[in-house]
Amino acid sequence: MALSREQIASRIAQELQDGFYVNLGIGIPTLVANYIPDGMEVMLQSENGLLGMGQFPTEDEVDADLINAGKQTVTMATGASLFSSAESFAMIRGGHVDLTVLGAFEVDVSGNIASWMIPGKLIKGMGGAMDLVAGADNIIVTMMHADKKGNSKILDACTLPLTGAQCIKKVVTDLAVLEIKDGAFHLLERAPDVSVEEIIEKTAGKLIIPDEVKVMNV
Amino acid sequence: MAGLNKVVETYDQALAGLTDDMTLMVGGFGLCGIPENLIIKMQEMGVKGLTCISNNAGVDDFGLGLLLQKKQIARIYASYVGENALFEKQMLSGELDVILTPQGTLAEKIRAGGAGIPAFFTATGYGTPIAEGKETREIDGRHYVLEPSLTADFALVKAWKADTMGNLVYRNTAMNFNPMMATAGKITVVEVEEIVPAGTLDPNHIHTPGIYVNRVIKGSFEKRIEQRTTREA
Repeated sequence: MALSREQIASRIAQELQDGFYVNLGIGIPTLVANYIPDGMEVMLQSENGLLGMGQFPTEDEVDADLINAGKQTVTMATGASLFSSAESFAMIRGGHVDLTVLGAFEVDVSGNIASWMIPGKLIKGMGGAMDLVAGADNIIVTMMHADKKGNSKILDACTLPLTGAQCIKKVVTDLAVLEIKDGAFHLLERAPDVSVEEIIEKTAGKLIIPDEVKVMNV
Repeated sequence: MAGLNKVVETYDQALAGLTDDMTLMVGGFGLCGIPENLIIKMQEMGVKGLTCISNNAGVDDFGLGLLLQKKQIARIYASYVGENALFEKQMLSGELDVILTPQGTLAEKIRAGGAGIPAFFTATGYGTPIAEGKETREIDGRHYVLEPSLTADFALVKAWKADTMGNLVYRNTAMNFNPMMATAGKITVVEVEEIVPAGTLDPNHIHTPGIYVNRVIKGSFEKRIEQRTTREA
């Protein structure tokens, strides 16, 4: 079975380390916050100007002046700080964020990512995604391995306009964990009950299969 | 003589001199921290042909969406415009020129503009459509795009508190683009929730020094919430 959105998020949470500053994008990345291991201290950065994003507010705590980058009302965690958008992107561009998790439409064997624009369809804008992929060393892309028609989104070369070039090294999909290096995807882990054959079938880009493929712990 | 007293009493005074075809910066992230009454006043004034620099474009009936309703905006610099159906329509029909700009680059263009820096190199957008037609340079093995800075005829800013000399304090994430915009307008107009006498804000806690601010007006705010997300108490 392919992983649910929650299972993908729980697998990504295994990449967190104690003391990390982390930026989570909108969608599945946001769910990662629900799977931070007990006892681990992780600070969430929201690019609209908040380091130390807390949980959603109770009805009484709702504050129109306190939102996350998805424009949802939030609270502040202990030790939070507030700052301008310029300061926020200094953190991001300057490489101070330890881990960035974001979604994508396509990734390819060169580490290119396309996530903001589908020509001919409505263009909503890139928000902070281009800055995030340019600034972070440690980026995890999360996405469905294939679209609803079964077309692979794990490609030899992205077909859509890029968000960033040669910047992605790790991808977690509903089927697999992939590392990008030396011009190929390397299969690190497969989802429980998903065969290596299915992953091969749904991966359009060059894929290297090691002798042993771990099963994801989700 | 007003001296260093920046306080104005009416929205006519606050926006005096704002005319057609001007370039404006408008603070806010989504609907959070927008100068909502200054925008409403611009809709009443009917100024047209505006170039707006703002992270977002409001929603159909609030924020910059109000100026889109009357087709007052000719061009907009923004990073994300997904919340607004009017915007889509005017963009697709060609009435509205949209310059999508990565959010961090937009923030830095404004910061640089206010700081007297004409352009800067950033890795953001290299190898993407954003870099097309722009100068690029390799520095220490990494590729960068030259991004010109931005300034404006008017910067329209929302702060929490001001003193009468225009020193400003923002609140929570309503800060966002406001501090940089305050530095980058030829005329910076700030709408606040409270005006206090000079000398009552702690100088250690002032976010924007009054030197950047030309006019301050006290408003009352709806503070509309776009995504009201809550948990059980």
